[in-house]
Amino acid sequence: MTEPESPAVDEWSIRRIVGTMIPLLAALSVLQLVSGTVLETYEKVLLQYPALLVLVPVQIGTAGNLASITCSRLTTQLYLGTYEFSPSNPALRANAAAVFGLAATVFGAVGVAAWAIGVALGGSLVLGRVLTISLVSGMLLAVLVVVASVVAVEASYRVGLNPDDTTIPVVTNLCDIAGVLILFGVVSVVL
Amino acid sequence: MPGHDSAREIYRQALPVIGVSLIAGLFAGTILGSETMRANIAEVPGLLLLLPAFLATRGGVYGSLGARLSTGLSFLNGMTVSVFIAVVTYLALVLFGDGGSLFQLVGVMVVAGFLSAVLMITVLIAVIFVGYRRGLDPDNVIGPVVTTLGDVFGVLFLLVGVSVVGAVS
Repeated sequence: MTEPESPAVDEWSIRRIVGTMIPLLAALSVLQLVSGTVLETYEKVLLQYPALLVLVPVQIGTAGNLASITCSRLTTQLYLGTYEFSPSNPALRANAAAVFGLAATVFGAVGVAAWAIGVALGGSLVLGRVLTISLVSGMLLAVLVVVASVVAVEASYRVGLNPDDTTIPVVTNLCDIAGVLILFGVVSVVL
Repeated sequence: MPGHDSAREIYRQALPVIGVSLIAGLFAGTILGSETMRANIAEVPGLLLLLPAFLATRGGVYGSLGARLSTGLSFLNGMTVSVFIAVVTYLALVLFGDGGSLFQLVGVMVVAGFLSAVLMITVLIAVIFVGYRRGLDPDNVIGPVVTTLGDVFGVLFLLVGVSVVGAVS
C-alpha cells in the first residue's frame, strides 16, 4: 500500500472492500453448499413435513440475526475499549445472557408457529415434536452464536482485519451452515 | 452508552426487531412450504442445494452495506456472488451426478439476485436514515432487518426466478 491516500480513506477504498469481500463471500457460498447438500439429502422428509421446511429459513434467519447483533456489539465494544477476551468481562456476559434469553423466547414461539403453519399446509407432525426440534436446535445454536462471535472478533482483531468487514459474514454464514446441520441432527434424533 | 448495556437492555431492544424478523422468517418458511414451491423444489434440481447459499449472501453482502454505506458496490457484489453460486451449484450437481441445467440455475439466480439487490439497497438506505432519526442503535437494528428482508424476498424472488426462467425456456 504505497498509494498517496491517507490510511482512513484507504480503509474505505473500493479496491480494499471488494478485495476483502468478494473472495470471502465466494468461499462462504461454497461452504453454504454443505448445508445445501444436507437439505438435498432430506428433500423427501422436507417435502413430506412442511413444518420442517418452515423451520429452515426461520432457524437460519434467527441464528444470523443473533449472530449479527452479537458481532456488531462486540466490534463496537472493541472500538470503545470495553471489550476484553475473558469470561468475566461484563460486556461479554451481558451479550451472552441476552442471546440465550432471546433464543429461548424466539425458538419457543417458532416451534408453535411452525407447527401451526405446517398443519395448515397439510403436514402431520405433532406440536411436541416440532417444539422439541425448534427449542433444542435453537439453544444449541445460541451456544454456537456466542462462541463463534467471540472467537471471530478476537481472531479478526489479532490478524489485523477490520471486524466490521469480516466477522458478520463469517459468523452468520457459519451459524447458517451449523443451523441446518444442527436442525437436521436434532430432526434425525427426534423423528 | 452502547458499551455498558445490561443483558436485559439488549434483550429489550433486540426482541421487537427479532420478533419482526421471526414473523418475516415464518412468511419465508410459508412460501417455502407452499404447494407451488414444493413442486418447484421437486422439479428443479439444485434449488434446495443453492437455497442456503443464496439466502446467506443477502445477509453477508447487505449486512456490510449496513456497516458502511457503499451501494453500487453491494449491487455488484450481490450479482457476482449470485451467479457464482449458480455455477458452483451446477458443478456440484454434475459432480454428484444428479443432472441439472446451467442455464436454468444461472437464470434463476440472475433474476432473483437482481430483484433482491434493488429491493435491499432501497430498503436499507431508508432504514438507516429513519432509524438514525428515531435514535435507534444501528448495531441492534440493521443486521436483523437485512437478514429478514433477505429471507422473505429471497425466497419470493427465487419463486419469481423459477417461473421467469420457466416462461423463457
